[in-house]
Amino acid sequence: MKTLVFVKQVPDTDDVKLDPKTGNIMREGVQSVINPFDANGVETALQLKEKYGGSVIAISMGPPQADDVLKKSLAMGCDESVLISDRALGGADTLATGYPLAKAAEKIGDYDLIICGRHATDAETAQTGPIIAAFLGIPHVTLVDKVEIEDGWAVCRRMLPDRYETVKVKLPALITVCAEINSPRYPTPMNIMKALKKPRAVWNAEELGCDPSMIGIPGSPSSNKKIFEPPKRNTDTRFFEGDTEALARAIVDALEAEKLI
Amino acid sequence: MTKEDYSGIWVFAEQEAGVISPTTFELLAKSIDLKAKLGGKDEITAVVLGDNVAALADTLFSYGAEKVIAAENANLAVYSARPYAKVLKELSEKYLPSIFLFPASPQGRDLAPRVMCDLRTGLTADAIDLDIDEDGVFVQTTPNFGGNILSHICIMEKRPQMVTVHPKVFSPIAPIAGAKGELIVEKPEVEADDCYTVIGTEKRVFEGKPIADCSVLVSGGRGIKSEEDLAQLRELAELLGGELASSRPLVDNGWLPHEKQIGQSGTTVKPDFILNIAVSGSVQYLAGMQNAKCIMSINNFREAPIWDVSHYGAVADYSKLIPAVIAEIRRRKGL
Amino acid sequence: MLIQLTEEQKMLRDMAREFTRNEIAPRDKWMDENGFDWDLCKKITEAGFMGANIPEQYGGGGGGIVDTTIIANEFAKGSASIATFVGGHWLASNLILENGTEEQRQKYMPLAVEGKIFAFGLTEASAGSDAAGIKSIAEETEDGWVLNGGKAWITNSGVADYYVILALTEPELGTKGISAFIMPKDTEGLAVGKFEEKMGVRGSATCELAFNNIRLPKDALLGTRGKGFVMAMQTLDIGRISAAAVCAGIAEHAMNLAKDYANERKAFGKPIKAFQGVAFRFADMYAEIKAMELLAFDAATTKDAGGRCTLDAAAAKLFATERATQICIQAQAVFGGNGMSKEYDIERLLRDARVWTVMEGSTEILRMIVSGNVLAQK
Repeated sequence: MKTLVFVKQVPDTDDVKLDPKTGNIMREGVQSVINPFDANGVETALQLKEKYGGSVIAISMGPPQADDVLKKSLAMGCDESVLISDRALGGADTLATGYPLAKAAEKIGDYDLIICGRHATDAETAQTGPIIAAFLGIPHVTLVDKVEIEDGWAVCRRMLPDRYETVKVKLPALITVCAEINSPRYPTPMNIMKALKKPRAVWNAEELGCDPSMIGIPGSPSSNKKIFEPPKRNTDTRFFEGDTEALARAIVDALEAEKLI
Repeated sequence: MTKEDYSGIWVFAEQEAGVISPTTFELLAKSIDLKAKLGGKDEITAVVLGDNVAALADTLFSYGAEKVIAAENANLAVYSARPYAKVLKELSEKYLPSIFLFPASPQGRDLAPRVMCDLRTGLTADAIDLDIDEDGVFVQTTPNFGGNILSHICIMEKRPQMVTVHPKVFSPIAPIAGAKGELIVEKPEVEADDCYTVIGTEKRVFEGKPIADCSVLVSGGRGIKSEEDLAQLRELAELLGGELASSRPLVDNGWLPHEKQIGQSGTTVKPDFILNIAVSGSVQYLAGMQNAKCIMSINNFREAPIWDVSHYGAVADYSKLIPAVIAEIRRRKGL
Repeated sequence: MLIQLTEEQKMLRDMAREFTRNEIAPRDKWMDENGFDWDLCKKITEAGFMGANIPEQYGGGGGGIVDTTIIANEFAKGSASIATFVGGHWLASNLILENGTEEQRQKYMPLAVEGKIFAFGLTEASAGSDAAGIKSIAEETEDGWVLNGGKAWITNSGVADYYVILALTEPELGTKGISAFIMPKDTEGLAVGKFEEKMGVRGSATCELAFNNIRLPKDALLGTRGKGFVMAMQTLDIGRISAAAVCAGIAEHAMNLAKDYANERKAFGKPIKAFQGVAFRFADMYAEIKAMELLAFDAATTKDAGGRCTLDAAAAKLFATERATQICIQAQAVFGGNGMSKEYDIERLLRDARVWTVMEGSTEILRMIVSGNVLAQK
């Protein structure tokens, strides 16, 4: 079984600020990490490989430093990595992101399963997975928290707000996975030593055979007009004062006033 | 085809077993507002897919739809992404709507990206506000980075302008009994997806009451240092007759299940009383609980955004204060 | 940086850092109060750290001294106890790796990788700095050895599965009459005392061991008879590099705690970091932590290159342990009265750092080694 897993590099924190001068997101001092749900995706792929055999290829799109999340994926146990990196791909919306990713899957070929995280923690669109599947013309299953393979089909359990739904989907298919599906392993020192000796491809848009009108800013129907920090609300807050004991008494007084005790 | 050829506002009416999702009504209400801002010419259409769904038209009319397109086929009886996407693409190409809104529900977020991809247009994800700017451009507000940054997104040239909209950010109108509109019944040809079958469902069983239904909540945030500390919050919640909830970081830690998460990517709550402990208050979190009647907070950081919505509070380290509060409650209750 | 890490070493550092943040740091306070954490030990094993120093052919990570120094340094930023525990395990397994027969390696190295804990026993109740004065004695018999005596202050004792024990085989030969033996924990005649109530690194186990007519087979002997003391001294070089890295980690942890506090705490209407009396402490802390790292990694690089590093390892440990203790005091002062409270963690770090001024060679012994070497240089 050949599994492709898409991984994205995201800032390690939600606590990002805008530069008051440029209006851009301040990246300084912010560490980048693998999108946590994508780490669940890598773990899913590795567990399936351990159970059913085959290989796992990790794919990421981004600037050269996005290679860090691929190195981590390799150190977790993926067999190969592909970095899609090209200035022409910058500024893409979800459509123009899904397209080159689908092109990469096509170029690799013969895949049985594609795995994405349920969403990325930076933009939180949750669109890339279904878009890749749509470009490839394969079915997709979102919000998967369990998956098993049976004779060319994947049996997936979807975690919906009120129920679990079990779906049987014919391979090749794409799934997006929830955090609940597993706990991603740490790369062991042994796997770290092996990681960089594995095949690591870097492809640009031309090598992927992308239509230039469908990538980057020209290929993006939607555009970001403005980014801003949310406006401050104002409520008159009554602050309790004093030492711990006094604060505790004031709080419990207030709880009593609210008839909670 | 130019963008001027497209007109009207479409709302995808999400239904399951003949029951329309509440977010559909919220989107119809917002459409009325958008229509007014666009000059009043755009028709508001609810699009519903299923087997016998024309019967749902009256409900949709009563919540503000002026037109209902009911696409009926036995193969649409149960939601499945590819057949639904195929039909919506064809309907969209036939009727040329300018704006197409979807609930940002699991179904809406599963379906809309495929429709968007097939139509080669733009899709804005999980918007928390929709507006028409001074130039007449349709603008969507989306949260990024857990809501600490907001973006204004526009789809300038491609049509329809597709958006999934977060549940509970708009309020539905009071239904108008007997409201009528134009009903179009379509009988599209569509095959069932023989590659995708739902083979079972199982109701999820939750520990405690769903937090959306609780009148009292105690919620812990990123500042909670350990699971032992979280247990104290649970104890306090029990003493107050409420449930324990949290902001996203504690769910990401695996300390609480996702259904206990307040906020945009979790559950929007509206309790009578909420006590936020060591929650700094990301926009997503604030959006998820700011309509609580009484908001009390404990946070050792005076500049935290949580104070912008809090009625009472203490700037203090929770790890000393919570045991003291628990002891004081026990003393007064004579426990 | 003077020391250039390879790509793999940077990945190892990042991974150890992530593991420390997620798994180790949250448990440090618990370990201080409750002792050794078996669950965490299991996670450390699963993440492959127990065998980080063991060659790939035995299932390990194949790391050198620089690699294990990176891990010890990162671990110590979350817990000095865990850095101490893993360091003790590596030290003992390394002795077998360096000095054992191929049979012994094939037997014990995979066990060390899969999480069996190893401990190295040199110190005795009446022989600490005076390591050559040990009294444990192993007498040769027809089918092996009979061991009597005991050990004290042995890192990982009480939790270890295997011990590497030094004992006299030819008492009349002094240090040249000391040999090393491998002994499993369930050996008959081995009595493990209660856990020591130490001042610091309380999450790393330390017990007294008593040997009462323990019968060991012939192949329990590790390396050449009579070479035990030399083996121990070479191992201590590695232990001291690790100690310096651990103390750099403790000091950085202390500085970071103080930094967060200095950013938040206000006095006289401004954050206390606005006062130079507070701010300047950070300049000194930072400079000294950098110096500790450089000393530790410089000695580690020398060792990996096959060079002799006794002097530099001793100097690194001397500087790092003493300065880390002082940095913890400086960081504690930033917290004012709160620094005295267990709530604020900083007092624990001070206790941890202080213990390291005695372990693996006390400051005074290190001064003897360093001064002796320096003065003998022509």
